Amino acid sequence: MDVNQYLDMFIEESKEHLQACSEQLLALENNPDDLAIVNEIFRAAHTLKGMSATMGYEDIADLTHKMENVLDAIRNSKISVSTEILDVVFEAVDDLELMVQDIEAGGDGKKDVSKLVETLNRIEAGQPLDLEAEPAATTEEAPLEVITSTGIHYDEFELTVISQSAEQGFNALEIIVTLREDCLLKVARVFMTFEILEKSGEVIKTVPTVEQLENEEFDQKFTIVLLTHEDAEELKSKVMKVSEIEDVQITLITDEYVQKYKQSILDESEAAPAAVEIPAASAAKTEKNQETSQSAPKAKKAAASNSNKTIRVNIDRLDILMNLFEELVIDRGRLQSIASELHNPELNESVERMTRVSGDLQNIILNMRMVPVETVFNRFPKMVRQLARDLNKKIDLEIIGAETELDRTVIDEIGDPLVHLIRNALDHGIESPEERIAKGKPEVGTVTLRAYHSGNHVFIELEDDGAGVNRERVVGKAIERGIVSEEAAESLTNKQVAELILASGFSTAASITDVSGRGVGLDVVKNTIESLGGHISIDSTEGKGSLFQVQLPLTLSIISVMLVELDKEIYAIPLSSIIETAIIQKSDILNAHNQPVIDFRGTIVPLVDLKEIFEMKNKSAEDEEFQSIVIVRKGDSLAGLVVDSFIGQQEIVLKSLGDYLQSVFAISGATILGNGQVALIVDCNALIK
Amino acid sequence: MTKAVELSDMKVIVFQLMNKEYAIGLDAVESIEKSLSITRVPRMPSYVKGVLNLRGVVTPVVDLRERFDMEYKEFDETSCIIIVSHGDSEVGLIVDDANDVMDVPSSAIGPQPEVVGSVESEFISGVAKVGKRLLVMLNLEKVLQPIKKGNSDEF
Repeated sequence: MDVNQYLDMFIEESKEHLQACSEQLLALENNPDDLAIVNEIFRAAHTLKGMSATMGYEDIADLTHKMENVLDAIRNSKISVSTEILDVVFEAVDDLELMVQDIEAGGDGKKDVSKLVETLNRIEAGQPLDLEAEPAATTEEAPLEVITSTGIHYDEFELTVISQSAEQGFNALEIIVTLREDCLLKVARVFMTFEILEKSGEVIKTVPTVEQLENEEFDQKFTIVLLTHEDAEELKSKVMKVSEIEDVQITLITDEYVQKYKQSILDESEAAPAAVEIPAASAAKTEKNQETSQSAPKAKKAAASNSNKTIRVNIDRLDILMNLFEELVIDRGRLQSIASELHNPELNESVERMTRVSGDLQNIILNMRMVPVETVFNRFPKMVRQLARDLNKKIDLEIIGAETELDRTVIDEIGDPLVHLIRNALDHGIESPEERIAKGKPEVGTVTLRAYHSGNHVFIELEDDGAGVNRERVVGKAIERGIVSEEAAESLTNKQVAELILASGFSTAASITDVSGRGVGLDVVKNTIESLGGHISIDSTEGKGSLFQVQLPLTLSIISVMLVELDKEIYAIPLSSIIETAIIQKSDILNAHNQPVIDFRGTIVPLVDLKEIFEMKNKSAEDEEFQSIVIVRKGDSLAGLVVDSFIGQQEIVLKSLGDYLQSVFAISGATILGNGQVALIVDCNALIK
Repeated sequence: MTKAVELSDMKVIVFQLMNKEYAIGLDAVESIEKSLSITRVPRMPSYVKGVLNLRGVVTPVVDLRERFDMEYKEFDETSCIIIVSHGDSEVGLIVDDANDVMDVPSSAIGPQPEVVGSVESEFISGVAKVGKRLLVMLNLEKVLQPIKKGNSDEF
């Protein structure tokens, strides 16, 4: 089977299932007795196992299988949930994530997980993980696979299906089909047999797997396990009608097997470890691929409940739609101007209608690109749990507003900066439990991750009730690193001091810890956020905690800009950087160190001549009485951009300049204006030192 | 299989620069545009004329004459822009004229003549002789090396 065409889907879905596993595992940790949660995890793992086996990623399938076994043991109350066990299962999920990521990056998804598999085996067998293992877990565990007289292994899941369907009056039949030795088209015969059997009931298992059958990887015999109401003899005669079949043997999987299996649970404490392990291990080998899409009614039910009425659309297609739509908007502009010239009422009316409809369309297209920030947030609980354990801290993570929506392009970029901020808050913010008790704070630190809309922006806030920013230490460090001068440091507000930790080359960690000190400072976070057209600020009270606030544009693809004219060329300045526009008299321009500056409400603001920056032939006329300037900011620094004239505010669609022009100084992108012309977008961040 | 491909003809677009004929493989060409309004991009090498709006996609435009250090010529009625695909995106090339699509048998393509010194020689992948016409085959890879901040030799 050519699996490449399914690869994207596989990766996407695997990620979803793994995410579900992580979420439910966290839930399970809080409610160890809730078997419904275990079932959820089991389902996700089971689907993942089936998918990866079909796709040929054996390592993932193997590891998931082992994980499944452990979950199964939990589900059947053979072992009880403990932090140690969950740690191992989390580790397995982590490894699975890494493997999926590897596949996504073009790798083969292989990873040495033997140690982990061994640990999972030990858990499954109920052997102690360490000295503290609970007494309940030390009892020996029963075999998960039961072998019938025909030599087929069933795992517990399949047995459950069988026993449940028996309750509904279905018979489970093992049908062993033997093909004639001279059979030429074995696959065709298999197919025909399936055709017949699937009409009579539900195939829950085949040996060898469907995959292998399709690839003709079997000799003369294959076995199908069927749930059916029909009579065995009747089925036999039906199957025998397929030519080139030598023999059909049908065995009923009786209650006996199921009982035997049930008994094995009761007997678990008496079972000998060695006798248990061997069949389980050998079964695992032959069983690798046994779960296929038609595995069980139960799995189907799960799939049904997962499906909601959405479709997955490639973001590229949305981009194309957006581009086409812009074309439409440009033409709409032309139509509007033609209509206003012609003064034809009918034309005016239809142009107006078209304007309204296309406006609605624009909203819909933009909304289609919106994704709840949840997709980023939901990986944090697990991360915080792990970090808290690594750092020996007690931390509660509270997530508010996960349903807040953001443009997909922003969502893709915002994950890493947030990870960094959370690591920072956990490592530097929250104190150790002892310290907290000594300070009279609750032992458990609280970190709140909050997202909300406000105007044209989305705010993401990370608040902790930790130690806050230590002014002296930060100022000391900043002076040492040459980020601020001693005199300047004196006059800084607390907020400004806190924001010093975002400066490049700044790291307050006394020693490099494993968690946040990876040689990457928060300046990287700041840069990423600013490259998204966003802004980050910090409020911190020493001893009380810190609040990191990230402000992001709702969407990257459409921004508000101020269009300005420079020597007949039109440039766009993002509104998010603009503080205000002003027209100043020439006499207001002062000179400081050969740098023209103005006094803007008490602040000295350097003037930047855009014409000079953009190498225009005509320099700004020095003798003009008035000059138009746009005051822009980058963080706390301001600059005044000198332009010829203002055109006005407009919503524009952001476009990249493409691969060929990889970096243009002070230009962050381009847009297409109503008349079809391209205008460049000024990157204010590059203009302010 | 590969042999058959080698022996088959190569379809090229023929264009003129300073009365010489050049060729680009047809598979690299997306379209040929007549004058579109180009927006200048500041601080670029002079051969980068700017960007234009190609059906909603912002596309850089390079003047091939200037890229090859030839005499500058205003965009006139025969001038046109050949849009070629470059990696994932597209780039426009301004040429004097483009009016011919022809088949070049692969046997007709020879290595570039051993003349050193002219700027264009590094942008050429070979020379094809078709009847009496001599076509200079363009090496697009070289012509369209991305412009980064680091490419200081361009400034």
